Amino acid sequence: MEQEYKITSKNLDFYYGSVKALQSISLNFQLHQATALIGPSGCGKSTFLRCLNRMNDLIPGIRVEGEICMDGENIYKPSVDVVRLRSRIGMVFQKPNPFPKTIFENVAYGLKVNGVKDKNLIAERVEKSLRSGALWDEVKDRLHDSALSLSGGQQQRLCIARALAVEPEVLLMDEPCSALDPIATQKIEELIHELKDKYTIIIVTHNMQQAARVSDVTAFFYMGKLIEAGETDTMFTRPRLKTTEDYITGRFG
Amino acid sequence: MKSYAVESTGNNYIRLRKKLTQSFCFMLFRISALINGLALAVIVYFILANGWKAINWTFLTQPPMDSMTKGGIFPCIIGTLFLCIGAMVVAFPIGVFSGIYINEYAKPGRILRIIRLGISNLAGVPSVVFGLFGLAFFVIYLKMGVSILAGALTLGAMSLPVIIGSTEEALKAVPDTYREASLGLGATKLQTIFRVVVPAAMPGILTGGILGISRAAGETAPIMFTAAVFSSPKLPESVFDEIMALPYHIYVLATAGTEIETTRPLQYGTALVLIAMVLGMNLTAIILRSRLRKKMRQI
Repeated sequence: MEQEYKITSKNLDFYYGSVKALQSISLNFQLHQATALIGPSGCGKSTFLRCLNRMNDLIPGIRVEGEICMDGENIYKPSVDVVRLRSRIGMVFQKPNPFPKTIFENVAYGLKVNGVKDKNLIAERVEKSLRSGALWDEVKDRLHDSALSLSGGQQQRLCIARALAVEPEVLLMDEPCSALDPIATQKIEELIHELKDKYTIIIVTHNMQQAARVSDVTAFFYMGKLIEAGETDTMFTRPRLKTTEDYITGRFG
Repeated sequence: MKSYAVESTGNNYIRLRKKLTQSFCFMLFRISALINGLALAVIVYFILANGWKAINWTFLTQPPMDSMTKGGIFPCIIGTLFLCIGAMVVAFPIGVFSGIYINEYAKPGRILRIIRLGISNLAGVPSVVFGLFGLAFFVIYLKMGVSILAGALTLGAMSLPVIIGSTEEALKAVPDTYREASLGLGATKLQTIFRVVVPAAMPGILTGGILGISRAAGETAPIMFTAAVFSSPKLPESVFDEIMALPYHIYVLATAGTEIETTRPLQYGTALVLIAMVLGMNLTAIILRSRLRKKMRQI
């Protein structure tokens, strides 16, 4: 099978000070597929996710060894423009975190900071992004209300729309549904299915069913190591390793 | 069954004791808090009772007359107002920028420790030392003379720690998720700070700024060598003019001259005006903060 990798991680080690949080992670992400990162709390999956857009750079005292390449280029090379990199890799966080601005301003923000000035273009892209975020119909008459007036699920879809507005190539999602009720969760999952056609999606989740439902590939992390990765169907039915099976079937974690 | 008996008899006694301790401590806290409010109330009442008779139109709009035994305090009101505005203009940007640097940019380490040490020591410097510093540095060394400018700079320097402190607090209160969201969208750190973090922190920053200035407004020592004069025949025309100011005027009336007893009502009147200005500023700060917060929630 011909495989096209969008992001490849090779022997990635990650340290918080002297604590080694990730050990030699090698994992590839295919273009236009959704990959789920699963594992118990503290296993390093979120840390790994945040290595992919260098969000960990914000934490003092961290160190990264090994490499992560996007389209073949190491994103930890000194010459890489981190700001530009982050506009190519969108991120959705655990808790919905809209800015205390209007709905419109939230989505337009990414365009404005990236230098888009044309008002018509901004309005067009805001609408398009809100449609892609499956939120347009609910908010089209109240675009200038505060984003904080939306429900939690709507806020999270707004955050997705906000990330999509800058037209990233990759979308990172860090437990995007953990703060949402089941109905809002279902909407986000449907959305992930649609977005897969255009974006490469990497999602951290604590919810096994969610991983099984939304992802093509699943990677299981445990104690800072990548234990097993493979097609989601195979991983959930015939995992190669006992640890994986124990975790997936809920025997620990 | 034995343990049950012990538990039930012990329980009543312990429960009573717990309850009493609770009530006692609660009462203690409440009294402490009340003393605060009471102190303010007593001061305001005292000044109000003694000063309100002195307040009239002439008092508020005329300069002092007959060697300060009659007339008003208009030049002092103007002087204090100018000093406040001047101090604000000087200290607010510097204080806010310093707060941004410390909270958003500075990496933990020796430099940050030194800066913090400097700021907390600046906060502890007695106001008269600020006055002497202002005299030596602004008035004499920089040749500003006794002037609004020198006074405003001195007061500004004095209110810096308060402004920096409240800016820092306000920035700390902005959730990191805002910063991450902004950076995640490809914003630079500067864009993140000025478009997301500072706007979200603005209510707190403004309040701190006004409180800092209003604190400085009532100070006598920093301005007595740098800006204020005993008496000035005219209103100031430029920032290099010396001025009269409310706190210094009270000091002059209450300590200098031969008419201390005669001018007692004027002293209270001046104090009342000063207190009204300071409390007014604080009130403005509180209203501004709640307005801004509300606005942020609704937009």
